[in-house]
Amino acid sequence: MANTQAICTSFKGEILKANHDLTTSTGDTIKAALYLASATVNASTTAYSSTNEVSGTNYTAGGVTVTNGTSPSTSGTTAIWTPSASIVYTTVTLTTAFDAVLLYNSSKSNKAISVHTFGSQTITAGTLTLTMPANDSSNALIRIA
Amino acid sequence: MITTTKGLMDETLLRKKEGSETTDQGGLLNWVEYWDGEDLVHRSVEIVLTGVEMQIIGETLGG
Repeated sequence: MANTQAICTSFKGEILKANHDLTTSTGDTIKAALYLASATVNASTTAYSSTNEVSGTNYTAGGVTVTNGTSPSTSGTTAIWTPSASIVYTTVTLTTAFDAVLLYNSSKSNKAISVHTFGSQTITAGTLTLTMPANDSSNALIRIA
Repeated sequence: MITTTKGLMDETLLRKKEGSETTDQGGLLNWVEYWDGEDLVHRSVEIVLTGVEMQIIGETLGG
């Protein structure tokens, strides 16, 4: 099995139901969980699950909270949203290969938002830093065109 | 000093390896490793995530 980068299909429907609030400060809490390369997280993922999530020293199940200092906005005809800071897992040891991060809404029953893949990695007594792309219509982490 | 599997160690006493590659999604990935002899004692990774896009399709009424 494999992980596949995608916006989760359930998230698309939930947008139309106003389930998610990604505005800063008053919005929902978004979290980022890492998944093993042997997992299957993709567009069909509907919510966070600990199945095939990474485990290891200093990694807490469920992952870390995403820093959201920039509300969704528009650029031209595209709606965009990108976390305002890198997602950092500090001094972790993750010895089983992982290759994906799932963003999910921990304020709304852990509903899935998106999956981002990057190739198999391991971390040894080190730090994993997931740096954000530019928050523009071509590169933002979430884009609705 | 850096964190390692053997506790805090003086990085100048360790063998350092670094590399950069492109992820399967076209993002940049940088890694750094420190080795104590044959032992990998530290590996950190920085990855630039790439975004995902969804398309909104609006049908024209009576079209």
